[in-house]
Amino acid sequence: MSGIRMTGVAVRYNGTPALVGADLSVAMGEWVALIGPNGAGKSTLLRAVAGTVPYTGEIELGDRPAASLSRRARSRRVAVVPQSPVLPDEMTAGDYVLLGRTPHLGYWASESEHDLEVAAEALRRLEGGELAGRRLGRLSGGERQRVVLARALAQDSPILLLDEPTTALDIGHQQTVLDLVQGMRRERRIAVLSAVHDLTMAAQYADRLVLLDGGRVVADGSPSDVLTDRHLKRFPGARVSVLRGPDGSLIVAPRRRT
Amino acid sequence: MTVPRPRRVRPAVFAGAAALLFGALAVGLFSGPSALAPWSVVVEVVDRITPFDLDSGLDTRQAAVVWDLRLPRVLLGAVVGATLAAAGAAYQGVFRNPLADPYLLGVAAGAGLGATLAIAAGGGSALVVPVAAFAGAVLAVVATYTLGGVAGMRRTGVTLILAGVAVAAFFTAAQTFVQQRNADSIREVYSWILGRLGTVGWGEVAILAPYATVAVSVLLLHRRLLDVLAVGEEEAETLGASPARIRLAVVLAATLGTAAAVAVAGLIGFVGIVVPHAVRLTAGASYRIILPISVMGGAAFLVLADTVARTAMAPSEIPIGVVTAFVGGPFFALVLRTRAGGGRT
Repeated sequence: MSGIRMTGVAVRYNGTPALVGADLSVAMGEWVALIGPNGAGKSTLLRAVAGTVPYTGEIELGDRPAASLSRRARSRRVAVVPQSPVLPDEMTAGDYVLLGRTPHLGYWASESEHDLEVAAEALRRLEGGELAGRRLGRLSGGERQRVVLARALAQDSPILLLDEPTTALDIGHQQTVLDLVQGMRRERRIAVLSAVHDLTMAAQYADRLVLLDGGRVVADGSPSDVLTDRHLKRFPGARVSVLRGPDGSLIVAPRRRT
Repeated sequence: MTVPRPRRVRPAVFAGAAALLFGALAVGLFSGPSALAPWSVVVEVVDRITPFDLDSGLDTRQAAVVWDLRLPRVLLGAVVGATLAAAGAAYQGVFRNPLADPYLLGVAAGAGLGATLAIAAGGGSALVVPVAAFAGAVLAVVATYTLGGVAGMRRTGVTLILAGVAVAAFFTAAQTFVQQRNADSIREVYSWILGRLGTVGWGEVAILAPYATVAVSVLLLHRRLLDVLAVGEEEAETLGASPARIRLAVVLAATLGTAAAVAVAGLIGFVGIVVPHAVRLTAGASYRIILPISVMGGAAFLVLADTVARTAMAPSEIPIGVVTAFVGGPFFALVLRTRAGGGRT
């Protein structure tokens, strides 16, 4: 079964096109990274898949047209880690992770033992077990990101969308977060679609890169196909060299204007 | 390792709130111009509400004071307080706005206009004013809700609050105009606006109880979903919740309850803001705690405020709205201060 399949998806904000006929697919177990300059439409594309903006065109989620899914059914298939998640200061991390069970609960229902276990397991998987009783307002940046990932994991959906999940984290925490996503993907064979700013990280973690510019998909392929001088000209003002690391992986190195 | 239970109400907190409520009811029942022994009052009430046949030792007039004056008034205060506190807490959750109170969407202005029209038209009878106030309150919220979704704008919490401001201004202006043209009714309108629980017999309690029961029950059933809304509309949607639908249900229930409370008791301010925040600061920030404890706390608060209102300067009464603000303001400042000193981040 395929994870995400988008055909001719377009989004307009108050008449201004933000996404113009995007075609894209992500298989189960695959990690696809969206790259592109600011305003290219990465977040908009993720919002369309999540169903939080109106769009035209077709989106299939696990072989079902997304349009035929109810709000709750869609959320059982797609979990979202937003770019700047809202973390109410006074809420405990445990309660927050438990919110991930929302799509599995009826309107009036409250969480069952099973839901509590899933939430506990999610937090433990992300090495956040000791955070459960802490208030969100008192967590560090890295801890917050783990708690947000744990909420997405508790949602138990086959598709995971991440919008710049590592912004504002130091390099160690960035790698930790991406390794955790990598672990989730391997273990559960989920489809991952993420917007990533850091091109080197995108190349290292994703199977495929999709370059967006001006709301269009302008390149789609393996990191070495997409990270070429021609494509990188899409980033206004960028002066970079694409190098090979000691293990053969791609490195996009910035160069100073001489 | 397990995740601690979702933050349900701790038994100690529940017991504390229940004790406060029963204490407040007792104080309300025991206070009044006729000196009645507390024990006799208790026995009289137990005699009436249970099949047991007890002799309280009160004569017919004294029994009537307990049964027809004090008990209905105390219960009316409890039901009004519970409804306003629950509505305020739910509004704060659904609009993610700590300053939201039950009158946010124009209930107060609408009820004010309705009541003023009824009083000015010479209707001033105990029957017409509540009906007119209720109708005005519901009309104002319907106007706000409609206005909040026109012009192709997405109906969000913010558009609703702004629409509420516009509607409240319009209704208040209309009320001021009517009042100005009927200067002789100003006194009556004014006393209505300050709120009063003055009641003889069980009429008002019977009118309010069904609305309050439905409203408070519906709001309590939304306590988990209000926690979901705490992460904002877009994230709530990605979690499978429908913020618009939850908001509509909460606004409907809160409007029904608040309009009914305002219709029988006038505009009593402050309960809807101060009680939920006091609960939030002392017992926990989850709506699973805030809603049920606010229901009990709101009832206790208003019963106590009303007891002060009718005894402090007896035989004349202080308007209860004055008491709630006068007592509630400093109390709230105290809670804020205590909590701030308690090392909150």
